[in-house]
Parts: sequence; structure tokens; C-alpha cells
Amino acid sequence: MKRPVGKQFMQGNEACVFGAIDAGARFYAGYPITPSSEIAELCAKFLPQVGGVFLQMEDELGSMAAVIGASTAGTKAFTATSGPGFTLMQENLGMAIYTEVPCVLVNIQRNGPSTGLATRPAQGDVMQARWGTHGDHPIIVLSPSSVQEFYDLTLRAFNLSEKYSIPVILLSDEVIGHMREDLVIPELEDLVIVNRKLPNKPIKEYRAYQTENDDIPRIAPFGSEYIVHISSSCHDETGFTHSKPQTADQLVRRLHRKIERNQEDIIQVEWFGPRKADVCIIAYGAVSRTAKQVVVDAQEKGLSVNLLRLITHWPFPDEQVKEALSQAKVIIVPEMNLGQVAQEILRLNSLQTPIYSITRIDGEIIMPSEIMSKIEEVIR
Amino acid sequence: MSTNSYKNYLKEEHFPHIWCPGCGDGIVLHAYAIALAELGLAPKEVVTVTGIGCWGKSDDYVATHALHGTHGRALAYATGVKLGNPVLTVIALMGDGDAVTIGGNHFIHAARRNIDLTAVVINNFNYGMTGGQYSATTPLKSKTTTSPLGNAEPGFDICSLAEAAGANFVARTTPFHVVSLKNLLKEGIQKKGFSLIEVITPCPTYFGRYNINSSPVANMHWLKDKAVSVSRYQHMTDEDKLQHFAIGTFVNKDRPDFYTMYQQINDCKWEGGR
Repeated sequence: MKRPVGKQFMQGNEACVFGAIDAGARFYAGYPITPSSEIAELCAKFLPQVGGVFLQMEDELGSMAAVIGASTAGTKAFTATSGPGFTLMQENLGMAIYTEVPCVLVNIQRNGPSTGLATRPAQGDVMQARWGTHGDHPIIVLSPSSVQEFYDLTLRAFNLSEKYSIPVILLSDEVIGHMREDLVIPELEDLVIVNRKLPNKPIKEYRAYQTENDDIPRIAPFGSEYIVHISSSCHDETGFTHSKPQTADQLVRRLHRKIERNQEDIIQVEWFGPRKADVCIIAYGAVSRTAKQVVVDAQEKGLSVNLLRLITHWPFPDEQVKEALSQAKVIIVPEMNLGQVAQEILRLNSLQTPIYSITRIDGEIIMPSEIMSKIEEVIR
Repeated sequence: MSTNSYKNYLKEEHFPHIWCPGCGDGIVLHAYAIALAELGLAPKEVVTVTGIGCWGKSDDYVATHALHGTHGRALAYATGVKLGNPVLTVIALMGDGDAVTIGGNHFIHAARRNIDLTAVVINNFNYGMTGGQYSATTPLKSKTTTSPLGNAEPGFDICSLAEAAGANFVARTTPFHVVSLKNLLKEGIQKKGFSLIEVITPCPTYFGRYNINSSPVANMHWLKDKAVSVSRYQHMTDEDKLQHFAIGTFVNKDRPDFYTMYQQINDCKWEGGR
């Protein structure tokens, strides 16, 4: 097998695997689950060809734990799952956030709750991705809307993860995971690959969780001259278990600070259609494709409609959404859930711009006609 | 201090440890440090992985690399560490709760896969850290804080479980038998493939107090009286067997470990890529 390069025709889940391998991922641990299993199957095939390891674990609890283990040993690692498995992974997702272990978790969303409609798409895990694991914590969540973007964002997910020492969730859905379309895979030399920062101090002065001005630790991989202690318990700069109130407070505040201060780097959105419009659709993932069609159709009808597409889910693009709220007369939020992002937009709506939520939870994608009829209804 | 003292493997600055008077955990930690020193492994070559519980606190006292994670997942982390960097010596220190109760699934599968790592399981017959509740190794009819009138469940035999699942090295000992403890740890660590060393160490604060004797010294004597060698145990009557347990090596074989097998089977290279 040769590395695919140039114009390709691929499935979203396939593009994700090539993005991960190009990013430097050399370890995958996961448990089969529809509609993410192609990612596991292709990792099983291709990872050994690049010197990596694929491991089918006994469950998603162990999968996420093994991913953390491999990353602490210095190997870029990831997993993929869907709703029920994503729920099981929350346990060790929290561990990876708290211990600042870089890794990537792909969730190909399906209809829920529980086993739900296992083969049907949904966007019901937006809030689980943000708040699924217990305790206050930051997280980075990215949402692709095309096969090309699945490749690009997988690469970006690994880069952000390594750069900020935090797990990154790729929150996709069954539509994007299973659809096939064209994409262009760049030459290796054109890729930007970020690797985690390594210690820059003499061994005697080294403390794995001591940070400089950037709030980002320099955690050496296991096996180096720098002895590292990683602990899921509250820990001080050396990694040693510490239960002082001040230690607990400082650690979690720093975890948040390292993401908050870099929001400009992390947050990505796409504006589509006229820069200013009477109606702004805010959408993401598969539904943003529907919304793009609506923007095109609206222009033909002489309606003033644009789209704010969220590429970064979390940290939430507050500033961009506020801009939409201040510019548009009406906000439309179509989602394949009961309004998880619409609620988040309400939080920012100090101007009290009318917000209309379009929801679907039947395993079917939202059609352009549904959004268009809502627009025509509310601007009349 | 000689260059290869067991002290090189301990963070004595973090002592005194948290374990109760009479607990065997400190004896096992000492034996672990001596075993590493005698094997001549540098602290940087070793990763000590722990879960949650009394013995799960041991990562705070070792001078090797250490990974302390969520309850029951130590072997899953250890699996990832070993496959992430196969030259590392990876050792998981777990209690009976971590290893065969909440983490039972990971235990049987790590043994079945024959991942090249060593599991040192201290079996204290209960959850000590949370107040002496029963675990999957608490014997039938034993009293614990969640079985005040006696346990209605039988306990697992950890060694039989590991053997059935496919481990390459399976042994049992106690903190009373310190020389065999150290030697079995060394043997297990050196063995390629999955090794299990079970250390029977009744919790003096809960299980021991409720079921054996309130004196820690009496608990140590209990270990001396109850533990018999594998060969002696085999020749005991069924009645006698109920009153004793076997210590020594149960399994010592050389089935190829997971990574060796994985590399052998997946022998193919990607052309022209990173």
C-alpha cells in the first residue's frame, strides 16, 4: 500500500484514518461500534504498515485508557467510537484532561439516547462532548462537514492536542463519516505537524507540571532521562498527589487558562453567503451542508440569508456568534438534536435577537425545505 | 549507598506512607524496590502503573516513571504504555478491587493477549481505602462493612483466573514470605509475556479484624499457618485444602507475547510514506 496523495475519492471515516497517520498517530485502541467501525478496520490494516499498532480492546473504558498509556510513552494515539462508547470513554477522557495527556477521540455521532437508532445520524453529543466527564474541565471539540475537512481537522486535532497538552474530540456524525466525496491529500512536505514540547531544563530542576508563561506543561515521554509521574489524583508540579485546597484550585484554573488564552488560535468558523444578512443560520456538521444549500436558494429568491458554520464547537465561538446576533434580524439554528447549540446561543443573546431552533431527532437529516420554510415564515 | 541500592527506586522523601500499621503493602513495596535493584533495571527503564485503592497509592513512593489512573484501568493503561514503547519494563501494581473486580475485564484480556507486563496484585480481601467493603475476592460468608452478616458471594481465585486466561507466569506468595516474594517479583518481571504475582495480604484494619484477629501480628501468623507450598497443597485432603492456600509458582510457560505475535503476523510496510 502506498500513501494516498493528491486528488482522492474517499469516505469520511477513511479520510480520518489517513489524516491521523499523516499527523503521526501510531497507536489506535478501540472497540467496534457503528457508525465508526471503518476507522478501526482501516487502522488495523494500515497502522502496522507504518510501524504502528492497532489494538481492539475489550471495551471503550479500556480503549481510552490504552490510548492514554501509549501517549504517555510518547506515541501519538487515538480512538474512535459513537454514542454508547463515547459515554464509556468519558471516564478516561477526564483522566487525559486532568493529566494533560495529548490524544484524539473521534465520535461519529448516531441517534440516541442509549442504543437508539444505531445506523442513523444525529448531533446529540454536543453537550456530552463538553460536559460528559465530571468536574470542571476545558476541552477542544472540532466538527467537520466534509470528507476533505475530516482529513484536515484530524490533522489539526492532533496538532492542537500536542500543542496544548489536552485531548481533542472530533465530533462528526454518521453522514460525514459514511459519505464519499473528493478530497485532496497534500504532499508530506506540505503538512504542518506539531509535536509536544519536551523538557528544556536540567534533570535536577525538572518538574513535569511546572509551566512557564504559557500555562502548558512539558511532559517527557516515559523512558526518557526525565522521570515522570502522571496522576489522576490532584497533583502538584511534580505529579505527586497533593490535597491542599490551593493546589487543587491552581491546577484546574491553569487547565482552563491554557485554553481560554488561546481561543483565537483554537476557534475556527466559516461565514458563507453575504457577510451581512437579515437572516443568519448557525449550523455545524452534516446540517451545515443543508444550510449552505439554503443560502444559495435564498439568493435566488432575493432573500438576505447567510450562514455561520461552527468548525470549533468548544471552546464555543462566543465572539463570532455575538457578531451574528448583532448583525442579523433573525437567527435560525437547525440541529439534529433538541437545540443543544441553540441554548448556548441564547446564553449570548443580550440583544434579544429572535432565535428560532429547528430540531430533528428521528435519525433523518434536516432538509433545505425545512429551513427555507422556517425563514419564509419568520421574515414575513 | 551503592549505585544499585533499593533506595534508588523509592522516593523516601514522601514517607511516611499512608498504609495502616500491620498492612503488608509496605513490605511488598520494599520487595519491589529490591527486585528492581537486583535486576539492575534503571528507574528510567521502568513504568509503574497503579489504579485506585491502598496499594494504588504506591506510585507516590516509587522513583521509576509512574502512571496513576482511574479505578480498575491500570492494566489497560499499562497495555498502552507497553505498546507505545515496547522497550519499557511495565509493571502494574493493583489491589483485588482494581485487578479482578472493577478491572476484571481488563485483567482477563491482558492475560489472554499475553501483553509483556507484570501484574503485582495485593489481595487484601476487601476495599480497604473506602472502609472495608467486600470485593470479588472476599471469601464466602466473610464479614465486611457491606456484608455485615457474611458475604453471600464466593470469591475469585486470582491465580486460577490468570491461568485460565492464558498468563505466562502465575505465582502466589505473602508478605510473610519475603524472600520468595522478592524472587517471584524478579521472575515475573523477567518473564516475557503476562505475569501475575498475587500477594495475599489480609487488610488488618477491616477484613483481618472482622474475620481473623484484631492484632496485626496475629494476621501475620495467620499467613504463616495458612500458606503451604504448591507441592504440599497438592497432597492435602480436600478438608485440609479448605483451611489452607498454596503459595509458589503455578504457571511458568513461554507462549509468544502479543507484540511479538503482532509483528510476526503484520509483516508489511507502507511504501513512500511517513
